[in-house]
Parts: sequence; C-alpha cells; structure tokens
Amino acid sequence: MNEVTLSINSQEVKIREGATILEAAKSIGIEIPHLCYREDLPPTSACRLCVVEVEGARNLVASCSYPAANNMVVRTNTERVTKARRLVLELLLSDHPYDCMTCERSGACDLEKYAYELGVPTTRFQGEQHAYPLDETHPFFVRDYNKCILCERCVTACNEVQFAEAINLAHRGFDTKVSAPFDRSLLDSTCISCGQCVAVCPTGALTEKTRRFQGREWELKKVLTTCPFCGVGCNIELNIKNNRIVRVTSPPNSPVNQGRLCVKGKFGFEYVHSPERLTKPLIRVGKKGEGKFREASWEEALDLVASNLANYTENETAVISSAKCTNEDNYVIQKLARAVLGTNNVDHCARLCHAPTVAGLVQSFGSGAMTNSIGEVANASCILAIGTNTTAAHPVIALEIKKAVRKGAKLIVANPREIELVSDASLWLQHKPGSDVALLMGMMRVIVDEGLLDSSFIAERCENFDDFNKSLNKFNMDFVEQITGVPREKLAEAARIYATNRPSTILYAMGITQHSHGTDNVIATANLAMLTGNMGKPSTGVNPLRGQNNVQGACDLGALPNVYPGYQAVSNPAIQEKFENAWECSLSPSPGLTLTEMLDAAHQKQIKAIYLVGENPALSEPWALHAQESLRRLEFLVVQDIFLSETAQLADVVLPATSFAEKDGTFTNTERRVQRVRKAIEPIGDSRPDWWITCQIAQRMQSRGFDFTHPSQIMDEIASLTPAYGGISYERLESGGLQWPCPTMDHPGTSVLHVGIFTRGKGHFIPLEYKPPMELPDKNYPLVLTTERSLYHFHTGTMTRRVNGLNTLKGKELVEINPQDASTLGIADGDMIKVASRRGEVLATAKVTNVSPVGVVAMDFHFAESPTNVLTSPALDPVSKIPELKVCAVRISPANGKK
Amino acid sequence: MGKLRNAKELQDLRNKLLAEVDTNRTCVRICMTGCRAHGAEQIRDAFNEELKKQGLDKKVEIRETGCHGFCARAPVIVIDPQGIFYQQLTPEDIPDIISQTIENGEVIERLLYLEPQTGQRITCERDVAFYSGQQKNVLHNCGIIDPTNVSHYIARGGYSALEKALFSMGPETIINEVTESGLRGRGGAGFPTGRKWGFVRSAAGDTKYIVCNGDEGDPGAFMDRAVLEGDPHSVLEGMLIAAYAMGAGEGYIYVRAEYPIAVEHLKLALTQAKELGLLGQNILGSGFNLELKIKEGAGAFVCGEETALLASIEGRRGMPRPRPPFPAQSGLWGKPTNINNVETYANIASIIINGADWFAGMGTEQGKGTKIFSLAGKINNTGLVEVPIGIPIKEVVFNIGGGVPEGGKFKAVQMGGPSGGCVPEQYLDLPVDYGSLEAIGAIMGSGGMVVMDEATCMVDVARYFLAFTQTESCGKCTPCRLGTKRMLEILTRITEGKGSEGDIELLIELAEGVKDSALCGLGQTAPNPVLTTIKYFRDEYEEHIKNHRCPAGTCKALISYYIEPEKCQACMICARECPVDAITGGKGVIHVIDQTKCSKCGNCLEVCPERFGAVTKLSGVPVPAPVPPGTEVIRKRSKASE
Repeated sequence: MNEVTLSINSQEVKIREGATILEAAKSIGIEIPHLCYREDLPPTSACRLCVVEVEGARNLVASCSYPAANNMVVRTNTERVTKARRLVLELLLSDHPYDCMTCERSGACDLEKYAYELGVPTTRFQGEQHAYPLDETHPFFVRDYNKCILCERCVTACNEVQFAEAINLAHRGFDTKVSAPFDRSLLDSTCISCGQCVAVCPTGALTEKTRRFQGREWELKKVLTTCPFCGVGCNIELNIKNNRIVRVTSPPNSPVNQGRLCVKGKFGFEYVHSPERLTKPLIRVGKKGEGKFREASWEEALDLVASNLANYTENETAVISSAKCTNEDNYVIQKLARAVLGTNNVDHCARLCHAPTVAGLVQSFGSGAMTNSIGEVANASCILAIGTNTTAAHPVIALEIKKAVRKGAKLIVANPREIELVSDASLWLQHKPGSDVALLMGMMRVIVDEGLLDSSFIAERCENFDDFNKSLNKFNMDFVEQITGVPREKLAEAARIYATNRPSTILYAMGITQHSHGTDNVIATANLAMLTGNMGKPSTGVNPLRGQNNVQGACDLGALPNVYPGYQAVSNPAIQEKFENAWECSLSPSPGLTLTEMLDAAHQKQIKAIYLVGENPALSEPWALHAQESLRRLEFLVVQDIFLSETAQLADVVLPATSFAEKDGTFTNTERRVQRVRKAIEPIGDSRPDWWITCQIAQRMQSRGFDFTHPSQIMDEIASLTPAYGGISYERLESGGLQWPCPTMDHPGTSVLHVGIFTRGKGHFIPLEYKPPMELPDKNYPLVLTTERSLYHFHTGTMTRRVNGLNTLKGKELVEINPQDASTLGIADGDMIKVASRRGEVLATAKVTNVSPVGVVAMDFHFAESPTNVLTSPALDPVSKIPELKVCAVRISPANGKK
Repeated sequence: MGKLRNAKELQDLRNKLLAEVDTNRTCVRICMTGCRAHGAEQIRDAFNEELKKQGLDKKVEIRETGCHGFCARAPVIVIDPQGIFYQQLTPEDIPDIISQTIENGEVIERLLYLEPQTGQRITCERDVAFYSGQQKNVLHNCGIIDPTNVSHYIARGGYSALEKALFSMGPETIINEVTESGLRGRGGAGFPTGRKWGFVRSAAGDTKYIVCNGDEGDPGAFMDRAVLEGDPHSVLEGMLIAAYAMGAGEGYIYVRAEYPIAVEHLKLALTQAKELGLLGQNILGSGFNLELKIKEGAGAFVCGEETALLASIEGRRGMPRPRPPFPAQSGLWGKPTNINNVETYANIASIIINGADWFAGMGTEQGKGTKIFSLAGKINNTGLVEVPIGIPIKEVVFNIGGGVPEGGKFKAVQMGGPSGGCVPEQYLDLPVDYGSLEAIGAIMGSGGMVVMDEATCMVDVARYFLAFTQTESCGKCTPCRLGTKRMLEILTRITEGKGSEGDIELLIELAEGVKDSALCGLGQTAPNPVLTTIKYFRDEYEEHIKNHRCPAGTCKALISYYIEPEKCQACMICARECPVDAITGGKGVIHVIDQTKCSKCGNCLEVCPERFGAVTKLSGVPVPAPVPPGTEVIRKRSKASE
C-alpha cells in the first residue's frame, strides 16, 4: 500500500494513500472535532465542524472527507479554524432546544461535548427556532426533530448501511428536515425498523422508547452478548440499569454484524421482563392438557422429575433439546439423555429446518455447515440465493448481499415468491415450489453443455463425476422448463451468470431443506458448487443459513440422535468408548429416534416420557393436531421454558428457565462462530439457567459428571471431547468468537472450509433424480401452501409475540394470496378467511399481493391464534426425516361473518 | 434526409442546402422564444394570415427564430435581406408592414427603434447601438436560424466542426486546441475547459460520461436558455466533440423543466441529429458512438452545482457532496464525468473551426473569447448581449445597455447573480474579467448583470439575495443552512429599523465564516452580496441602524408618506386612490395620512398632481403632527390663480 507524507500542525505524518486528513491527524493523536462523521459511515461532510486549514486551499476543508496528500501542510488549531468551528456550534445552538437536563443523550451528546470543549455555552443569533411536535408514531423510538442537527448520519445509515431507503432530507434551507417520503409516518415507508438511525444519532433527536427516563447514559451498564434471534449471531450490548434491559446497542466493530442489527435484535428484548415469564416451578393439578398448575419449590419439582424419569426404560424416554439454548445447555441435555437416561433419543428442532443440510453436505463434502463466512458474501461476484427470504429471516446477511450487489455483483434469486430481495436481483427465477432439483440440475446441464464447468477442479478434487453427469441426461430443457415453470432462456442465463462471475456463492435456507426431497435439494447445490470449482475459496461455497440463534451449536453439541458432540457417530465403537470413558458410564450404540419419529412413537405410546427444553412442537410440528395429541398421550412430560408455551400447557411439570440475558454460555452462529453469551441481569423470579436445571435432574438421578458450577467448565469438557471445538475456551472467547474447526488452543479458527481438501477427502458428486412434492394440489385442495418467516417475529412467537412493538408492526397471521386467486375466491384484502388442508383448518386474514404467484399462498407460523402447522404436511424426507413444510395442498374460503 | 454515412455526405448535404438558399427572398425573422411572452405568436399568425390573404405566402418566409437579445423591445422582427428592424409590434402593425415594407420596400418610421441617446430612428438592426457594440460568437445563430430546423444549422456551417474533429484531429489535438484557446467554463467557476477535459480523458476506466449543465438558476440570468432555445445543435455539436475527445459514450443534458421551449427544441435536436447519424452509433461512419439523454431538473437552484446535478441525474436528492473526488475522477455513478455549462459547449465548434489563436485573440490575459451577459434591472435595454471579455462595465451598461431609465442615477450593478457582488459606480471603468471582478468582491459568474439606481436600497438588495439563497440552500451543511438564515434575519431586522449596534460586524463575521466553511459553491458565495454591499455601501447600513433611515426610501418600515398641509389642494385624488382608506379630509379640507393605517404603497405620492407635489416620502425623521384643529379648511382660491 502506498503511503503519503504530510505535515499536520508542523508534525510529519505518514499515512496510507486515500486516508483522510482526519484519519491522518488521529494517527498522531490530534483529535479533530466532528459531528456528522462516524468511522463506520461514509462521510457526508455536512456539519463542517471538522474543518481545517490546508495551505494553498482557498477555503477551509472538511478533514473528514478530504484526502491526505503528499507535501500537504495542514493546520488544525489556528484562530481561523477555531473561529469557524465555534461559528458552526453557535449556529447549531441557535436552533436547538436547551433541555439538556431531561435529554436522554446528555452525557453522551456530541453537540454537548463540543460545545463544552470549544467553550460555546450559548449563541449570539436570536432568530427563528423550530418547534416540531414530537413524533412518537414509531413503536420503538421517538423522533424529536428539534434536536436534530441534520448531520445525516441516520440518512446515511438508512440508505447506505441498511439499504432501507426509508428516510432522506426533505425541504430546503432552514426548513430542511429528515423525513420519510412525503413527510408521512415511518410506518408508511420502507422502514424496516432496524434502529440503525437511532444507533448513529449524535444527539437526542432519536431515542429508544424503552430507555426514556430509565437511566442516564453514564448509569447504563453495557454487557456484550449475542443476539438470541436467528442464526446470524449479531453481537449486542444489553444496556442495564436496576436489573432491567433498557435498550440494546451493538458495537461497530462486532465481527459478524459491525453494529448492524435488525428490528428483533435492536428492539425485541421486552419479553425478558414480561410479566408472563415463568418464575416458579409448576406441577400439574388439573387434567392433562388442561393447563392447570400449582407452584412448587425447586426441590419438589426436581425430585418429581428425577423420580418419574427413573421409572421409564431407555426406549420409553426421549429428550428434546433446544436450538435457542446455549451450547453448554445442549451439551448437558444430550449428556443427560445418553449418560443418565441411557438413550440416544435426543433431538431438537434442527430436524425441522436443516437436517437435510447436515445429511446432504456431509455426503458431498464431509461437513454439514456453511462452507464460508458471512463477511465473504459482500465480496462475491455472483450470489445465488435459493430458497432463502434473507431480508426477512436473516436480515443482516441480506445486508451483505445488498452490499455485494451495490459493488457490482450479480444476484440470482430463485424463489417462487417475489420476495424483497428480488428488487436487487439481476435475475429472478420464479420456479414452482418443490422443483429445486430440476432447476439446479437444469442449470448444471447448461453449464456442462456449454463447457462452463471447472474440469481441473473436478478432476483434482472430486469423485463420481461421471455417474453424476449421466444423471443430468434426464434434465433436458423441455423437461426442466415443464417442471420448474422457468423459461429455458432465463435458466440458461442463470447458469451462465453463476458459472462465469467468480467467485460465486450459494446461499440457501428452508426453501431448499423443508421438502420431502430436502436432502436431494441440498446435494444439488453442492454439485453445482463443485461443478464450477466454487469451493474452498473465499466468497464461494454452499452456505446454508441456519434458522435459530444456536441451531448450529445444538447440532454441533450432539443434540441429535445419531451423533455425539462434534458429529461423532454413536455407532462408532471407538467413539462410544471415548465417551464411555469420559462420562464413566456405558452408552448405547444404536442411533435414537428423530424428533418427528419421537412424536409418532409417543402417539403409539411407545415413548412414554419426554424431557423437553425450550421447544414448542405443539405449534412448530407439521400436522400440529397430531403432534399435540402425541404429547397428550405421554405419561410424563417435563417442559423447561421461559414461558408457559402451548406445549408447556400440556406438561406434568414445568421448570422455569432463564432467558439468554440471565445466563452465561455460548452460541454458535450459522458461520460456525462460537460466541459468548453473557449474564447481564439476575434471573427473573426463581428461574434458573437450563444447564443448571438439567444438571440438578441428573444429579438427583445419582449421576456423576454433572457437578458444574459455571458453563465455562462445561465448555472445557466439550473441548476435551469435541475435536472441532478442541481449541475453544471462555478465556479465548473473551477477545471475540472463534469459528470451528478450531482443534487446538493455538488454532485461529476456520473461516473457509474445504480449502485444498474436502473434509471427507474428495468432493463427492451424487447423481440426482427429480421427485415431486408428496402432496400436490388437486380438485379439493387446489392451492399450494408454502410457509414463510416474518421479519418481525421469531419461531412460534413465544418471545417476539411478547414484545408490544413487534405486535404493532405485525400483529396477526396474513395469508398472502395472489389477486387472481383472491378474485376467483371472492376474497378481498383484509378479509378473514378459512384455510383448510387434509389435516385441519385455521382462520387468518387475507393479504392480497402479487408477492405470491397464482396458485400459491404463504403463511408464517408465528401466531398461535392462526396455527399454520395445523395445515402442514408430515411427509418426510426419507434421509433426514425433515417434514415437507414448504409444500402442502390447501383450500381457501371466506370465513363468513368474521372480519 | 437519411442517415449521413460519412463526412462527404454531410458536405454534400450542406452544399445542397446552400444552393437552395435564395438570398434575395424576403424573410421575416420573428423571435419566437423570449418574445412569445409579448405576443410574438400573434405577430406570426397575423403575418401568415395577411400574407396568405394577399397571396404572398410563397414569396415571403416567416422564420421563427430564437432570441434576438433585445428583450426590452419585444416583440421584435427583422426583415431580410435589408435587415430592417421593427420593434414593440402589435398584430395591427402587420398589414402595414406587408403592404409598405414587404411589397414596396418602404420603411415604417413609427416601428423603428428610437436611439434614446441621439434621438434618431434606426432602420437596421446592425446599426442599433445595442447590437453594434456586441460581438456575437456563441449567439451567431440565435435570432438568425429556425432552431427547429437542422438544415438551417447545417447550412450555417453546423457540424463542420464535428466533421473536422472526427476526421482531421485526434482526441489529444482537440483537447490541446481547447486548452490553447484559453476557454474557461462559462457556468461561473471559470475552470479552464481544456484542462478539465484532459483530466477526464486521462481518468481510469472505460465508461465515461459527458454532462451539459443547463440548470440556469440565477435570478435574471437567461443566456443558457437563449442558446438552448435558439441554437440547440450548437450545444450538441460541442458535446459531441467533447465526448469524442474524452472517450465518453453516454451523456446527459440537464435542463430546467421550467424552460419548456428549451426542452422541446433540445428533444427535437436530438431526434434530428440521430436521424442524420450525427448522434448515436457510428457517427458519420467514424466508429465514434454517443448517446445523449435529456434530464429535466425540477427547479432546485442548487442542482446547478455539479455534484448536486449528478446526484439529481442519478435519481437522488439534489445535494452537493464533498470534493475531492471531483467528477472528472468519480462522477455519474462513480465514473469519470465531464460537466460543462451550455455556453461552454456552445463555444467549442467555433474554436475547432477557427482555431485556438482566433479565440484567444478575443478577450484578456485571463479570459479569452466572448461572454454573454443578461442585462436586467434599472436599465433601458434589458436583454442578452455578447461581448468580448474585458470590455469595461460602463460600455455594457451605458452604451449597449442604454443606461438607467427615466433619468435615474446609476448606483451599482450586481454581477454574477446571488453568488456575485455589487459593483459600485467607482468601478464602472473596470474590465469585465474573471480576476478584476473577483478583486472587488464580485464574480463573472454565469453572466447576470442587474443594474440598480438610486432608488434601490442596498441593504434590501442583500436581503433579497439572501432570501433567495436561504430558500435554495439544500440544507445539508450547517453554515449554509443556518448561516444564511441568521444573516437573512439580521438583514431583515435592519431593513425593518430594528438593527442594533454590532449587527454589521456580526454580519461580516457570519458572512466570512460561511464563505470559508460551507460545503459547496452555493454556500461559499452566498455571503458575497452582503459583503460587497457592506463594503461599498456601509453608510446605508449605518443609516438604517443608527438613524432608522432608508436612504433609498424603499424599506417600508423606515419610510412614511406625508401630505404637506401648505401644498395640499384637497383635491381628493390621493384619498380616492388610497387602498386602505388611510387618508382623511374631504373636499376643501386638508388631507392627512393616518400613519397607523398607511400601508406605504406609495399610491398617494404617485397620484398627487405634479403641480401640487403635496405628498412627500420621509425617512429617518418623525412625521410632523397634523395641522391644528380649525385650520384644516383651505382658503378658496380663484380658478384664475391656479
């Protein structure tokens, strides 16, 4: 990198070419005051507080954007400079309220800081001042334009960091203000409520509602931890006063999200303090499923659980762990299942989201996780986003996609629905739900036919190409076009874009996995990446975007029926021996039941007792009525949760757990990054951390090896038994997360997998065939229902539905239906409708929109009032046992009289 | 006319068009742009109708041209081949013109221009002092050709510069020629055009853009408008040559939507040029491609600033961004971009045809060529003039501009619009040039010249310009958004008689601070009218502040109208004309203005018969008390004594 040498206040400074004067000054300890500039935002040079004198320049220049140059002579402290800066402050103060004594920003306000530092207590300019009314229309923050200094930080953050383009400056001259389009409410704009504007505001113009009058800046204790929503793993700081979270911030240097958050991460914490939190252990008093309980002491509840669980054989018990819980929680839970209950019947909700990823990518590559890292997405030249509504489900990863697009990358979106990301796409492949294999094989056929494949990569690094190649024969363009509904020219264009714009990366989520052929879908993406050599290099790969905050970790830590922590097979005798030695017990070599199988077994009364942590299968399982009945048929159900969920209401004993804010631990995000969760507040009521509760049960069942007093000890045990986690310790995690594989204490972690060699040795091409979805529309059920995620809610809504603002932003299930279908059915936007499948029916509100193609309707599953999974199909992928949540047949009719 | 496939076909077309010209045929050139506001369309219709009636419509050409420049005398026509100049016409004049002038060659005295200095009627346009003092280079087609007819442009030598540039000069040679000519940007900043082109040419990247800034926004400035309306192909030709020289393949013409005729003519010109193969792909068979689009601006003054203009083209809010990087390095969509003003591009063809030396032969050391100025304000010959750079201000204002009307006394001329400054009488001999104007606090700017006479209050002038820049500030940077607002408030207070000691110093401090620290040219120059008026007319400020007197008598808060009892003849005229019924008194009773009711419209002063002269305007002195009771009745005088 080239350097330039300049002089600042007669000191010589050397700095990289392209650096600004402000940066150069900072590098030698000269602080230049600034209001609009922020290191993490592109400069606007609007405030003019950072002006400096440059010899030869006619006017003062803004040091925040003016590049340092060779032989430049800069002065930052002359009378001319000081005069100009003081004038800027005086002018700002001339239109600014002096209510610092009640302003939330006092003590952290940049205007206040510089007024103090430059000694500008007041202004000489007596003139008009704005008196805008306080704008409280947004559920999460207040806008006080009177305190706005028009630095444009919020505008830049909104437009160039979050790409939401919801606000900009409006009007001119003195009346200029930050505004949503046409000066209407933010709720009428493209605002995604991410709060980035609030985060960057230097004054009290933007304030979180939750923090108003709840503590001055200097009174807030900030605890760095990891967001409890979605698998992105954003770093957040809980701002605490009086054992309450009053707001969430995020450090700009956070490795995954660089200070960016989505609405849930920034504002979705109110549930922690919800009055509905479970604060005492509960024991059922009424009939099963009636939801009547009495409070009990921990002693009584734990004794009851331990003694009851002891009554069942290993084949009669099962454990359901949680992707919302920490790695340490998951580790002790699966250890309890295996070492105490003697069963491998342990699983968790990954079965419903990324089981095919684990099954498929292990076959192809040897490792079932994101091959690359989130930060690499922005540097890709081509992104194929298939079956991922990234802006809704992984908002911060969507920002990396948008960043790449703005840097010139080609984005191919493959999705039956016109999701938000389509507006950024070079090409949108609107294929029919369930036709992904045909689509991807069709693309590969074009790549092979047009010679766009990476032959040397295939030859050197892969195997079984010829068999695979033969399987392409069936996928001629007539066939592919007919199955997918995508015109062949578009498909060919997609193939060419993907194959020729290197590096190309594939991102997918549940649009790929939640099918009765989900594993085939995953394998198809793996084949495509290998075919073009887009593997083992930065910004390439196959990248499953994991759903819940710690679904990666729950899998990693063995909350799966067939593997111990670190994907070590239970059927491998050497592995079994290792764990038997470590845990000082004998272990079962036979893989256990999957989540879906457990519930079926419960239905058949083969499984009689379940210990369930932090899950809500009563709402999240497909064919929910069947799942609920299965749970009812259990003899003994223990539910450990933070709320009395729909599932907990069916329990015999309910154990109150702490939320993420009340415990220590780690989460592993979708890019395999193990990050700390830190206790920020004391447990609410009598709630206890999950790991503690599980250990108490185990200890009451006379088991050794559960006498942990802190999660760090659990991590040490994990590290000793899990090669991929071998180098991970709390001590190391203090200075930031580590991406597995991280086998030793001096290993820096791994951002790109399969570099040079695949985990399994050679990349394995697997031939594929097209298989249609199990349940296709017919005369009685003429529409396809596909399930979706909302930006504003998470999973079954146990947490997010207890955040008022999120309910304001989305408060009910909306069935998205194409105007053509709506008109055929006599349904108008906002009508209450009945959606029925072969398994049940639900009532919900219709949203008539072109986002849904003709013949396809979409629903979230966040709303207990409209339990979507009553409708969904239990058809399973034979390999991974994931149900086909993305396709089932439904019928829609107006719900008469109900609006 | 089909696509011209090579240079020869263009030459052939030009020769053919020239051969068709009948120099003896009568041609009536009517300004159909600026003069439209004064009824030019009715004049044209009257001509067409009358000629048809008399069966002369085939013999006489009625040509709708661009601006002739002499807006004060609108609507104007010139009858060729004689060059007879008629002005301030009405449709009723047309039959006379046809029967007397066109049919019989007789000149109609009453329609000729009366030279106020000499009192002579002038027959030919070229002999009118307004025209004879000018040197029309950029405007050489304006008022001559029909701007909607590309044949006219080609017949006058149009596109021969493009031909020369494409086939006899390389890009480097073109840039050298423009550099050597000394042409500086005509938009205001005066940056050397050739150097800018050189930057863009040498900037890295294959995609480059060329942009024409037609966002003329200075109050009272309309030179770009005249060129776009009257000779749009000259701008296209300049852009074509520039694009070829810099390697740009795409461009935009940014023009105000408030210039509908300019937009219409430009669109037509683009279509014509495309049809002729002078624009688009493989221009004249040279392999050079250029696509041009028109972007209509929505009327924000700040969009004349180049980075704001680029933001506007990109579909963003028109707001300036910090420079560097300059557009030449990173402009439209981050690509190297050349932005020149309309008048700059319109200079190019003549430089290419006549050579750098020819161009550099006009003007001064610092400023070569000619410059168009728009004359407005208290001046007889309002209009557009093109003069060599370096001509004394006096020459423009008095000889070409005809001086101040109605015997008023010249006070100052505001040069360069809201970014410029006021030039007082003592500098009338100063040459109009970049450096000389800047030295006294004014600028050449885009060429606005607003003349002020003794009845103009200089504090009010400063206030007016600040009100303009304040409302047109994009609001982005603090000094401009709030600094201009506070300056405006202080100025307003002063004109309202509420100024206080120290206001002038505070104004100067503010003005200098804003000038030194604002983000873009708008803010950096907005204080100029304040600083120059304080510099040259500080006494006027002081009078307002200390004595509550407006020397020009225009600041309403500081003036009072008073009826001198001894002069009042109680004629009731002023009382009848008073719109707010502030004047009491009746027939034979001395009139008195109720100062609490008076709205200071000045009607009374205007209507009081000159022979009475009873109404006076007071400023800085208290209004005398009304006549004591009992003395209001006027002693009757005999009619003879009147």
